[in-house]
Amino acid sequence: MSDYLVQFNNISKFFGKVIALKDVTMRLKKGEIMCLLGDNGAGKSTLIKTLAGVHKPDEGEIIFEDNKIVFDSPKDALDIGIGTVYQDLALVPLMSVTRNFFMGREPQKGIPFLKTFDVEKANKIAADRMGQIGIDVRDPSQAVGTMSGGERQCLAISRAIYFGAKVLVLDEPTSALGVHQASMVLKYIVKAASEGLAVILITHNVHHAYPVGNSFTVLNRGKSMGTFQKKDISREKLLSMMAGGEELDKLEVELQEMDRIHNKN
Amino acid sequence: MSLKSKSISSKGSLDEDERLKKISPLRVLLNRPELGALGGSILVFIFFGIVAGDTGMFSAYGMLNFLDVSANLGIIAIAAAMLMIGGEFDLSIGSMIGFAGICIAIPAIYWGWPLWMSIVFAFAMAVLVGYFNGIMVVKTGLPSFIVTLAMLFILRGLTLAITRLITGRTQVPGLRVLIEDDPLAWLFATDTFKWLFTWLGSLKLIELRTDGTPLATGIPPSVIWFIALTLFATWILMKTRYGNWIFASGGDKVGATNVGVPVGRVKISLFIGTAVASTIFACIQVLDAGSADTMRGTLKELEAIAAAVVGGCLLTGGYGSAIGAAFGAIIFGTVSMGIFYTDVDTDWFKVFLGAMMLIAVVFNNYIRKKVTESK
Repeated sequence: MSDYLVQFNNISKFFGKVIALKDVTMRLKKGEIMCLLGDNGAGKSTLIKTLAGVHKPDEGEIIFEDNKIVFDSPKDALDIGIGTVYQDLALVPLMSVTRNFFMGREPQKGIPFLKTFDVEKANKIAADRMGQIGIDVRDPSQAVGTMSGGERQCLAISRAIYFGAKVLVLDEPTSALGVHQASMVLKYIVKAASEGLAVILITHNVHHAYPVGNSFTVLNRGKSMGTFQKKDISREKLLSMMAGGEELDKLEVELQEMDRIHNKN
Repeated sequence: MSLKSKSISSKGSLDEDERLKKISPLRVLLNRPELGALGGSILVFIFFGIVAGDTGMFSAYGMLNFLDVSANLGIIAIAAAMLMIGGEFDLSIGSMIGFAGICIAIPAIYWGWPLWMSIVFAFAMAVLVGYFNGIMVVKTGLPSFIVTLAMLFILRGLTLAITRLITGRTQVPGLRVLIEDDPLAWLFATDTFKWLFTWLGSLKLIELRTDGTPLATGIPPSVIWFIALTLFATWILMKTRYGNWIFASGGDKVGATNVGVPVGRVKISLFIGTAVASTIFACIQVLDAGSADTMRGTLKELEAIAAAVVGGCLLTGGYGSAIGAAFGAIIFGTVSMGIFYTDVDTDWFKVFLGAMMLIAVVFNNYIRKKVTESK
């Protein structure tokens, strides 16, 4: 048995002529937070959709707990324990916290053919689970639309964990959040990892990724630029690898040039 | 969407959260989708109570009359509301009513089928039509508005063409004699609680005919179906897993799919639901009139949608209630019949229908903002 909980070996994905991903390899251990970094269009979303069973990889293999697996649908990925929290969170604002928490997997009670949705039990679990992560859901029948962005993010993550995620894939969980809300979500992610989950954190914000990540995989134009352990790489180096680096250097030079011309006049 | 709205504070904190405003019971009520329609119904009853209180509208006979009209509309409005909550439209309801009518009448009259068999045949056709609507919408991703608009024309055309081809006419009479002793037809053609009306009549509490039998003979089958369907639909929406899937499918199709809700199956079943409800409507009307008419049900789809909207359903899906649609139907039914008892020209009914719907949409929009407003 290998050390790794999940391995993505040489994954490639093509859309017609477009090479969305080429030979991307990523391996995760239990309790590890890997940050997947990359600029817009680097292939982050395609990669996680491949992990989540939305796309099938054209090349390469996914190995989960030493078994090679092929996903036919997002449900297959969910069933073996890859829980993905998309940017849109898959929450319905008009529905209550409880109804969202159990969406698609409602607890039932009663006799066959007349089974009912066990709302009391669901309310209790939802309130409990949210309480554990420090969000006091004052009323689990309140609409999700009334919650803050950070709370919604935590609800979606908490739901994925409750339903048995062993690998948690988070797509830009902090991108739409303020400083305080982002730190709340990041704290929760660290806590989840410390309980034995493997976390893949997709972001283009190095400042959010660096403090919580154990390792970093950088994608650029569909290719992996390698996976680095935290001790081997600095925040600045990561930033410059994300393609933004070179361009930002260039921008700096240009700005200095403009300044010089300006001062001359 | 739960009926209850009590606050649950987390363990350990005994005192109420200071950030949770006390919500008055009125506000809780305001957040329910059916409130508008309930209030509207009460207003309508008060209005006619004042304007037409002494005209016989509120006699047993008069009440059954407008309840019958409301109930017929309600049967299709509830199915339309469930489909709307699921995020889709069905414009073929009216045409399906006409089509189901001839599916009952032609086999029974021209092919010599027993009535029960033609009724079963009509329901089978309804399931097929609903399934086709559903699979088209789900598989092509086209707006259900377009798909079912096409079906509106196709079904109405088929109804006319087939009827004229087989019978040479556009009406198929002669069903009434077949109802008696039929093992199935009574479900759609029997007045219930006759003993109650006979008893009330014997006490001279309700109006009698000259031969001493009461003018109102019993509760019409439409009303029983209407009540049963309202309860059934509400139970499904509020109390079952499938109900949650309906809200989820309408609220956010992509999100619901991502967490494992079988959105396609839910939507197809809801389309089958509207087609089957149209067929129930058709059964009741065809057996009551004793004949099928190719134009039966024309424009009913719009009335059903209007009732659902007045009942609090959002046009964008994901929000609404069956009880609301039921009250929406009661409003329309009461006004459409009540207007005969007033001095107002009946031409004004459509004006009222439109105005009511407009007010309802504005109101619903406001409610949706309230429900999702951030703290």
